[in-house]
Amino acid sequence: MITLGIDCGSTTTKGALYDGSDVLRTLLLPTRARPAEQMQAVYDALYTPEVACTVATGYGRALLPQADRTITEITCHARGAGMLGEAVRCVIDIGGQDCKAILLHPDGSVADFAMNDKCAAGTGRFIEMMTRILDFPIEEIDRFVEGHQPCEISSMCTVFAESEIVSLLAAGADRADIALGVVQSICRRTAAFAMRLSPTGTVFFTGGLARFESFRRTIEEALGLPVVTHPLAQFAGAIGAAALGYAKAMPRG
Amino acid sequence: MELVKELPEIFSEFGEQRRKSFMDAYALKQQGIPFVGAFCTYLPQEIPLAMGAAVVGLCSKTGETIPEAEMVLPRNLCPLIKASYGFAKTDKCPYFYFSDLIIGETTCDGKKKMYELLGQIKPVHVMELPNSQSPAALLLWKSEILRLKEKLESHFGVTITEDAIREAIKLKNRERQAIKAFYALQKQVPAPMDGMSLHQVLEGVQFKFDREKAIDELWALIDKIQRESDREKYRGRKRILVTGSPIGGVAAKTIQAIEEAGGQVVAMENCGGAKSVDELVDEENPDVYDALARRYLNIGCSCMTPNPNRFKMLDELFEEYRVDAVVEIVLQACHTFAVEAYSVKKFATERGIPYLGVETDYSTSDEGQLRTRMAAFMEML
Repeated sequence: MITLGIDCGSTTTKGALYDGSDVLRTLLLPTRARPAEQMQAVYDALYTPEVACTVATGYGRALLPQADRTITEITCHARGAGMLGEAVRCVIDIGGQDCKAILLHPDGSVADFAMNDKCAAGTGRFIEMMTRILDFPIEEIDRFVEGHQPCEISSMCTVFAESEIVSLLAAGADRADIALGVVQSICRRTAAFAMRLSPTGTVFFTGGLARFESFRRTIEEALGLPVVTHPLAQFAGAIGAAALGYAKAMPRG
Repeated sequence: MELVKELPEIFSEFGEQRRKSFMDAYALKQQGIPFVGAFCTYLPQEIPLAMGAAVVGLCSKTGETIPEAEMVLPRNLCPLIKASYGFAKTDKCPYFYFSDLIIGETTCDGKKKMYELLGQIKPVHVMELPNSQSPAALLLWKSEILRLKEKLESHFGVTITEDAIREAIKLKNRERQAIKAFYALQKQVPAPMDGMSLHQVLEGVQFKFDREKAIDELWALIDKIQRESDREKYRGRKRILVTGSPIGGVAAKTIQAIEEAGGQVVAMENCGGAKSVDELVDEENPDVYDALARRYLNIGCSCMTPNPNRFKMLDELFEEYRVDAVVEIVLQACHTFAVEAYSVKKFATERGIPYLGVETDYSTSDEGQLRTRMAAFMEML
């Protein structure tokens, strides 16, 4: 038996196929302004007749008619992170338009969570804005900021931070120094947000930014707790959805 | 199955009451009945009732007039305060319109400063509500109740006797007992009604001008629910207690989100719920002002510091209603509830009761986020 999880986030739509022990396939498409179409595209690409259960999650979770179940991204991220990491007790997810911190019980179930979804500060949007103004591809961030001294970015608001960056550029500041300043700003804010839940133990970092070492390391420094991630961390929600679907579809007894 | 059709009918009669109230208010006005506008559960309604006035609730529940209010008030203010001021300013609310005197209390900072501005467009009397429940505070509150009586007497040219107040105390106590018996139905496992119905009745009863009739209707409703409710359909629902700011303006998007996600609101601690109804006024106390002062000052609102009575009541409700989880709803910029939320979360979780806090306002922009939060919380339980 295999199951399919599809996580429709604001920026990317992810799919994962799961067979009860391993992730068989993953697929990522940009969501853009077409969440329903992109979920359908991921479904069409990954679905096979062996799929016993399809679970949709993420903000577009209600848009896939073929889904057997919808589960919130909180529960799915917690499950996915618990599968990808060892002894995970807290998940930090920086998404395209929100940011979540989830505390886990020792058995991996959700104990508490907090979401920032009122404001772009501390989300992927903030980073998209930065790479646009500073004119470098996000994929190069780790190499770009290496060995640089961060500028202080004090604006909490994405719109004001943009003006601040423009002012720094006008004052002749180094682009990479500014970029590192922005990385620090978002990571510190995210850490402070997660600290409200009083996390302990290992923290698992998910979302599109988790693949960049500069973000992982900065959050770890700000939190004072070990922060781990995984090459599939961006798929944590989809993998968790597939695994929850698997548990549901398993014949009992 | 027939029941499913039946219950909402009688519930919706309460809900419609609020719309119909405009014409009712007009009719009462033709009979020469004065209207006293009230904001807060701290107002001892017995005093205006003793002079035969109709007491109408003014806490506004829609954001319709907020843009109008923001021409005067700051944007970053509680939506209830902005909306209330907006309705007063625009005459769009029949209760504001018909109020001959509006009574406010120095509860939160936002309200007491808004009353200063409201006083420039409507007749307003502000009662100085103490911020604590000390013996000195009790004396002040008692003197404020006396001052309210004198204000009503001079404003309306009437005499308010202690006998009339005593009668009003008895009437209000009977009303409280009926409301308590109504919401106590939810102690049953499974509870007999959904949270929207619970909320609509608790809110609707505040807009009934004929109190005797309202009491009779409540008892009839209780009977009907006891006889006819199909409680089994709620079996297995997570039993949710709602607390926090007044939720009249956000009930639809919060309570519905809880219940769509598989919860059932079994207890409401906030304004209009247990907090403002639970305790009776002592009918045996020969000093009616003292009796009223003691009872009303005891209300466990976050504008009190410290605020032990809220936690005492939460503890009782957790037990009596077999609460599975707490959802606290805080209105944007409602500082006292926002700060106290930390203590409520700690209090609940120490008792093994999971807690979710959400901040919202009167807009619809966060409906999706609220649904996700409530659903994730229910999945967590």
